[in-house]
Amino acid sequence: MASVSVSTTLNTDEVEFLCQADETLLDVLRNRLGLMGAKEGCGTGDCGACSVIMDGRVVCSCLVLGAEAQGKTIETIEGMAQGSELHPLQKKFIEHAALQCGVCTPGFLMAAKALLDANPSPTEEEIRFWLAGNLCRCTGYDKIVRAVADAAAEMRGEAS
Amino acid sequence: MRYERPETIGDATALLASAKGRAFVLAGGTDLLVRMKSDAFEADMVVDIKAVAGMSDISETADGFEIGAAVPCAALGEHAGLVAAWPGVVEAANLIGSTQIQGRCTMSGNLCNASPAADSVPALVAAGARVRIAGPDGTRIVPVEDVPQAPGKTTLKKGEFIAAILLPKPAQRSGDAYLRFTPRTEMDIAVVGVGVQLALDAKGVVETARVALGAVGPKVVLAEQAADTIIGTALDDAALEALAEACSAASNPIDDKRGTAAFRKHVAGVLARRAAKIAYERAGGK
Repeated sequence: MASVSVSTTLNTDEVEFLCQADETLLDVLRNRLGLMGAKEGCGTGDCGACSVIMDGRVVCSCLVLGAEAQGKTIETIEGMAQGSELHPLQKKFIEHAALQCGVCTPGFLMAAKALLDANPSPTEEEIRFWLAGNLCRCTGYDKIVRAVADAAAEMRGEAS
Repeated sequence: MRYERPETIGDATALLASAKGRAFVLAGGTDLLVRMKSDAFEADMVVDIKAVAGMSDISETADGFEIGAAVPCAALGEHAGLVAAWPGVVEAANLIGSTQIQGRCTMSGNLCNASPAADSVPALVAAGARVRIAGPDGTRIVPVEDVPQAPGKTTLKKGEFIAAILLPKPAQRSGDAYLRFTPRTEMDIAVVGVGVQLALDAKGVVETARVALGAVGPKVVLAEQAADTIIGTALDDAALEALAEACSAASNPIDDKRGTAAFRKHVAGVLARRAAKIAYERAGGK
């Protein structure tokens, strides 16, 4: 099988890699680039644990070929904090105990970031619908929804 | 497996036509990549069409809208002109999958995957949409309902792929709607889906109508007799009842894990009635 040579922008860095033609972006991130934040839950686009942001849209990296990353801008959980300063969403997830085992958390954070990038003031219903493609078996979702709403309020400069 | 990213329609069709073994078109990949992971599926070549000019564009033309084959469904909902002209089509496309899936999945892929339960297909058929098919012998334009043949099978020939979906300009005083039944509110597959499009005369009487049913047969059903029941009416209760009966009669579903045939026949009528009322209101009828 022929290897494909890919140049992409990953968390603001220019990155080049070789991958197999049928290799997913998720496998490239984890196995070739050492970025273990995105998780494989189902591998079929149902659970959202592998969510990354590609050209501004949140996608399941298990349903993207590594080769398709050519010329794209990819954001993963590893690029979310600025140095040691956590993103407001990350802080609020901790504050609200919006995680337990943590497997779904990178995906939830990337999906929530894409939501707040597009809509700084989502309603609870909008948050729940937006995050319907991210499955969590620990929290019961309520704490996640509250953490996202609280982070949005903080990012709008409103005291919580 | 080979991965190819042609930059012209000619190169794409040439690759597909000359492929030895099984070649697949890649747009959003939300169906194709899932299938590629199953043991029973083998792809020898994947042709990614997203680098071909125009594939990711929605353009407003003199005849209506041209939606490139690789336009993700999320982009349809962000296009104010398209939402205003064809709200039913956009709502149907936006029902597919999660936010993550919406960022990748396409209506052309939904059509070519040829699932009887595809949400966007009945809405497109009701809207009278057509597709532009590119192939080794040039392009041809066919109605959407002529693309699916059977579950998982289309009428596309070797070397051909859908380059764009063509939506007409909506007629004056017209409206469309799509409704589906699912046990859950999101992340689910239609048990039944119904698309309705109608146009009214100045007095609010239905002049033309198209009704399309999904998930009640091996492929989408263009229910012409059902549409005839509301033409010439002001969508009164008797007309709606006749429409529901005709839609149930036009349904030929199976029993499966998502619903029984009897339930599907009934729900096809219920949804048709509700969708027709929404389309009627959107057309300006009272």
